[in-house]
Amino acid sequence: MGARGVGAVITVNNLTVSYRQHPALHHISGQFAAGSLTAVIGPNGSGKSTLLKCIMGLVKPSGGCIQVQAARRRIAFLPQRSEMDRSFPMLVQDVVLLGAWGAVGAWGGVDPSWLARAQAAIQAVGLQGFEARPVGTLSSGQFQRVLFARLILQDADLILLDEPFAALDSRTTASLLTLIHQWHAQGRTVVAVLHDDAQVHAHFDQTLLLARELVAWGPTVQVLTEAHLQRARLLAEAWDDQAELCHADDSQAGAA
Amino acid sequence: MNESSAVWDLLIGPFAEFAFMRRALVSTLALAVSAAPLGVFLTLRRMSLLGDALTHAVLPGVALGFMLFGLSLPAMALGGVVSGLLVAAIAGVVSRATALKEDASLAAMYLLALAVGVTMISRQGSQLDLLHILFGSALGVDEQGLLLVAGVASVSVLTLAVFYRGFVLETFDPSFLAAAAVSKGSRPWVWQQLFLMLVVINLVAGFQTLGTLMAVGLMMLPAVSARLWHESLPAQLFNASVQAAIAGVAGLLLSYHLDTPSGPTIIGCAGVLYLLSLLVSPGGWLPQILKRPHRVA
Repeated sequence: MGARGVGAVITVNNLTVSYRQHPALHHISGQFAAGSLTAVIGPNGSGKSTLLKCIMGLVKPSGGCIQVQAARRRIAFLPQRSEMDRSFPMLVQDVVLLGAWGAVGAWGGVDPSWLARAQAAIQAVGLQGFEARPVGTLSSGQFQRVLFARLILQDADLILLDEPFAALDSRTTASLLTLIHQWHAQGRTVVAVLHDDAQVHAHFDQTLLLARELVAWGPTVQVLTEAHLQRARLLAEAWDDQAELCHADDSQAGAA
Repeated sequence: MNESSAVWDLLIGPFAEFAFMRRALVSTLALAVSAAPLGVFLTLRRMSLLGDALTHAVLPGVALGFMLFGLSLPAMALGGVVSGLLVAAIAGVVSRATALKEDASLAAMYLLALAVGVTMISRQGSQLDLLHILFGSALGVDEQGLLLVAGVASVSVLTLAVFYRGFVLETFDPSFLAAAAVSKGSRPWVWQQLFLMLVVINLVAGFQTLGTLMAVGLMMLPAVSARLWHESLPAQLFNASVQAAIAGVAGLLLSYHLDTPSGPTIIGCAGVLYLLSLLVSPGGWLPQILKRPHRVA
C-alpha cells in the first residue's frame, strides 16, 4: 500500500492560488505526514476548500506547488454537498458502487465481490435495507452516509473531506467520525475541512489553521490557542482592490 | 363495410398503401428510439433547452451545405453536424478556460451561429427554402434520408449503451468524475463532448424528417413526461422512447387523415401525452390531489 508508511504524503511548497489576482491562499508551506489525521480550519473564505481542490489538481496554483506522493488513483475526495443533484433517479447501491469507478472504469465488470464490498460499505454506514431506495428519497444525513459508503469502496490511501458534517445531526456525525478513526487506524491519511473547534480538539491530532495565509500548522493542542484563533479572525475577509502586488516570489527568486 | 376494415383503413391502410408513409414511420420510430433517451439525460443535466440552442447552432452548416450544393441531404446534414459540433466544442473550451459557465458560453455561441446562419440563408435562398429547412416534412423522407436517420439512430443507441456508465456518472456527479479523472490522468470533458455529439447528430437526423424545430420536440417532450413516471433511470429512458414512438405513429396517422403538416402534428401528439402525464403520472397533479392513505412506516 504505497503511501501508507512514514514520510510526507503531501508537500505544500510556497503555494499561492488566486482568483482575479486576489489570493485565496497566500504562500502556504508545510507537509501532511503519511497516516496523519488533519483538520483544516479557518474563517469563511480562508481558502480551506481551495486547498483541497488544489491537492486534487482541480484548481491550478498561481505560484508554488503541491507534491502528492500517493499514487494518484488512490486519492478520494468528498466535495461540499451543495454541488450534487439529489433528485437524480439512481439507487443507493448504484451510487455506492460508483466508488469502484477508479478500479473498474467505464467498461470493467462489477463482479459479485464488488457487490459484496458495496453491501459491507452500506452496512458500515448503517444503511442496510436502503440498497434499492432511490437517492431522492433519502434525508440529507442519509445521503451523506451513502457518500461515505462510496468513499469506503474507493479504498483510498489519501482521503480529502470538505465539510463532511455540515448540517448533520450529532448521532450521524458521531458514527461518521468513528469511520474516520477506523481509516486513521488503518494507516490512511485523512484531511478534513471542519468548523467545530470542540470536534477538532476531540478527534483530530493535527490541525491546519488557515486565514488565506498559514496561521499555524501542527499538533492540535498547539494550534488551537486563543492567540492563533484571534490572529485568524483579524485577517480581513474582504478583498482590498487597492492592495499592492505581492513581491514575495520575486524577492525569493532574487535571493536564490 | 365491416368494422375491421374500417380499423384497417384508419390505422394500417395509410402505411400499407403509400411508400412515403412507410418511410416516414420508420424514420420517426428510429428517432424515437435514439433521440428521446438523450432528452432524458438533458433534463437530468438541467439543460432541457440545450437541444433548442443546438438546433440554431446547426443552422449555419446547413445553410452552407444548401448554398454550395442546393437541397442535397448529405451536404446539409454534414454541414449541420460540423457546425453543431463546432459550437458545442468552442462553448466547452470557453467554459473551461474562462469564468463563464457552460450555459452562458453556449448561449453566446449559438446566438452568433444563428445570426450567421440566417444571414447566409437570406442572401441565398428564397423564404420557401428557409421554411423547408426549418420545418421539414416527415412525408418527404426519401431513401437517402431514411438511411441517414437509421444510421444515426444505430450509432447513437450503440454509443449510449457502450458509454452508459460514464454518461450517468458525468451527469450525476461531475465533480466525482473530474476528481477520478485527475487521479487517472484522463479527461472528464471527453464524456461531455461525446454526449453533445450524440445530441447533435440526432438533431441533424431529425431536421431531415421533422425539421429542426420539431426534432427538438421529439427529443425533449417525451423525455420531460417520462421523468414524471419513474424513479429509476432505465425506466425513464424506456418510457421516453415509448412515448415518442406512440406520438410518432399517432401523429403520422392524424396528419394523413386530417391533412395537417406531419412534424407539428407529431409534436402535438407528444404534447397530449405530456398533458396526460402531468395529470395522472405518479409525479403529476392528480396523485397529489387524491390523498391516498399512507402506510404506518
